[in-house]
Amino acid sequence: MATVTQPETARSAGAPPTWPTVPRGGGGGGGESESSFPVSSKELAIWLLLTGIAMLFGGFASAFIVLRGVPSWESVHLPGLVWVNTAILLLSSVTLERARRANKKDHTGSIRRWLAFTAILGVVFVGGQIDVWRKLSAEGMQLASNLHGSFFYVLSGIHAVHILGGLIALFLVMRKAWSGKINSRNLEPLRLCATYWHFMGGVWLLLLVLLVIS
Amino acid sequence: MQVEHAVEHAHPQLGFWRKYVFSTDHKIIGLQYLITAMAMAVIGGLLSMLMRLQLAWPSAAYPMLAKLMPDTFVGPGIMKAEFYVSLVTMHGTIMVFFLFTAVLTGAFGNFLIPLQIGARDMAFPFLNALSYWVFLLSCIVIVSALFVTTGAPLGGWTAYAPLSAVGQPSGPGEGLGMTLWLVALALFTASGLMGGLNYVTTILTMRTKGLSMMRLPLTQWSLLITAILGLLAFPVLLAAAILLSFDRMGGTSFFIPSGVYLESHLLANTGGHPLLWQHLFWFFGHPEVYIVILPAMGMASDILSTFCRKPVFSYKMMVYSMVAIAGLSFIVWGHHMFVSGMSPFLGSVFTMTTLIIAVPSAVKTFNWLGTVWGARIRFTAAALFSIGFISIFVSGGLSGIFLGTSAADIYLQDTYFVVAHFHLVMAIAPLFAAFAGIYYWFPKMFGRFMNETLGKIHFWLSFVGVYAVFFPMHILGITGHMRRIYDPLFYDFLKQDKGINIFISISAFALAASQLIFLANFFVSIFAGRRVKENNPWHATTLEWETPCPTGHGNFGAELPVVERWAFDYSVPGAKNDFVPQTVPQGAERL
Repeated sequence: MATVTQPETARSAGAPPTWPTVPRGGGGGGGESESSFPVSSKELAIWLLLTGIAMLFGGFASAFIVLRGVPSWESVHLPGLVWVNTAILLLSSVTLERARRANKKDHTGSIRRWLAFTAILGVVFVGGQIDVWRKLSAEGMQLASNLHGSFFYVLSGIHAVHILGGLIALFLVMRKAWSGKINSRNLEPLRLCATYWHFMGGVWLLLLVLLVIS
Repeated sequence: MQVEHAVEHAHPQLGFWRKYVFSTDHKIIGLQYLITAMAMAVIGGLLSMLMRLQLAWPSAAYPMLAKLMPDTFVGPGIMKAEFYVSLVTMHGTIMVFFLFTAVLTGAFGNFLIPLQIGARDMAFPFLNALSYWVFLLSCIVIVSALFVTTGAPLGGWTAYAPLSAVGQPSGPGEGLGMTLWLVALALFTASGLMGGLNYVTTILTMRTKGLSMMRLPLTQWSLLITAILGLLAFPVLLAAAILLSFDRMGGTSFFIPSGVYLESHLLANTGGHPLLWQHLFWFFGHPEVYIVILPAMGMASDILSTFCRKPVFSYKMMVYSMVAIAGLSFIVWGHHMFVSGMSPFLGSVFTMTTLIIAVPSAVKTFNWLGTVWGARIRFTAAALFSIGFISIFVSGGLSGIFLGTSAADIYLQDTYFVVAHFHLVMAIAPLFAAFAGIYYWFPKMFGRFMNETLGKIHFWLSFVGVYAVFFPMHILGITGHMRRIYDPLFYDFLKQDKGINIFISISAFALAASQLIFLANFFVSIFAGRRVKENNPWHATTLEWETPCPTGHGNFGAELPVVERWAFDYSVPGAKNDFVPQTVPQGAERL
């Protein structure tokens, strides 16, 4: 049997056996080539996750579009704070992108600073969304008062939950950054986190088009 | 290679709990899925037995059952109508999600993917383990819905709104029972997404050297396509379930229209649309059919090829057909809604897209026939179940052509013709493929064989049994026998069907009893089956047969295999053996 020899790595007693990393996508060349699958497992996984999230919000969006056509539909005026929150979320994408660029250049201080800015902006965004809900509630627009309002509460709420998930990922990346594990030889954690973050920013813009402009 | 204690060698320092319970090894997780799904099958099967009891002898008294389940029977032991409908709901839910989806993708996907692609484990082993534990939690939640004092959910496995949306007032099981149903489905969806993400990533990025996509066994192709379908379809169900939960608990009106009266009380909801639920549900629901059937197709193809000692006929077309079926599955959902008031023009579009699916399905069927044609078939239990899979898939698929045609469906909608169709095509056919898979890969799972004689007896009793149960249902459906009804004798025009219903019920009891042979064979064989003395007892070609039986942790020891050829080199002219494993270099088969 033809084989690829891989030495077994040492492992400590009591720990599950660990194996050397399997050559990724060695089969991509069909035996004639050593070429690997073009993206790493983690990167592919993040894009698959985002595909699933896109379908989730696609399901919500299609429901909105269908019910938007019901004769009894009444539009709700959303507080202007929504736009401020949107600007904050977009700004957080910019700061995260700055952190990613600093990562490429090994500017440790900059990485930490921009990551911290991003996290703060993310928290402010979620807080801002909560404030929008409070304002709507104070105006008498409760969760069940009106379909348009219901959609706003539910969709912005689910989106905020995804942002909180992104914040957890961001804090994990920050922990790596503060312990010096993020550098130009290890770009992937920050890149994956940024991919998710930018994507959720894009999802919010599309939701906004649905919820406000329509 | 002697392999009896391979697992022990590979796990020298892990205790029982880490090795067999909280394991991240894909094989253990696969077996956990398998055993859990089998437990769910027993529960779902028992529920259907109760249904058949009621349908054959409505209003008969069962004092013994009434003692066991006092809340669900009245008087001398007559089944309550609400209990009957909850049986229908829970049977459908448990079987579709917690048996078929779980066993075909969860069990076989986990067990086979790394083994057949030459990898040591899944790309994300922890996520894989998490997927199983969330699945187990979802099983516990759905089974707990059976024991809610206010009643088990009774809105059908499709949970149509507005009944499912208005909560307890719409029926005894629509309160907490329905809430548990939604929680279970949300957990199941989360588990499925974790699994699907892992499957796609593993198959695409972790294939061993030489294993190009067009060298993959069809099982792997089917699991890859299924995982992609799941990633695209399940989130839509989750979106619908979230909106439904808000309708139930938050008072919103996504699926509840204006002017709904409940117990003479006008609901305050306005603006929603119950058909929206149906659209979202079936946008997920029809791909779900293929999430169940595609792995069955892939496994049956590989097993057939092994026991026919022939390459699978037209491998590429088999792959392209699965891709076509998966793509088309997203544009056919409207055929579940022909009688919902849908525009006839839109209905004709859905008819057309539905009937187009018959083309790749027929391609696959002819290719299976081409594989079997002229072969010296080794009639093992696994081979018999694979052949049985084709028979039942074709029988169920043909009635799908009637139901996919809106003009015919309007008459047959919600009759036993539909029940016969979907049971054959998306329940029994996948079940037969799963049985084939269990008989075939059991040596790899446990290092022992299942008893072949019992396996063949199990096949023949099951094969005759399923046709005895489901074929007469077509006749019932054509006579107009509605599905989900509690007492057929309530309707004069259905009294003529009493004899058929009794025949079906007796056949169903016999069919269920014959499954005890399988269960006994399975569990006894784990401990007392004939030991496997070689890595490749079926003389198959794929990579899992390069590993010991049972396969140890890490699958391939210190060395990973290199693939030199496709997965179907059987009866190669001039070759020394009638099978050439994928690792044998080109030309070396003649040595």
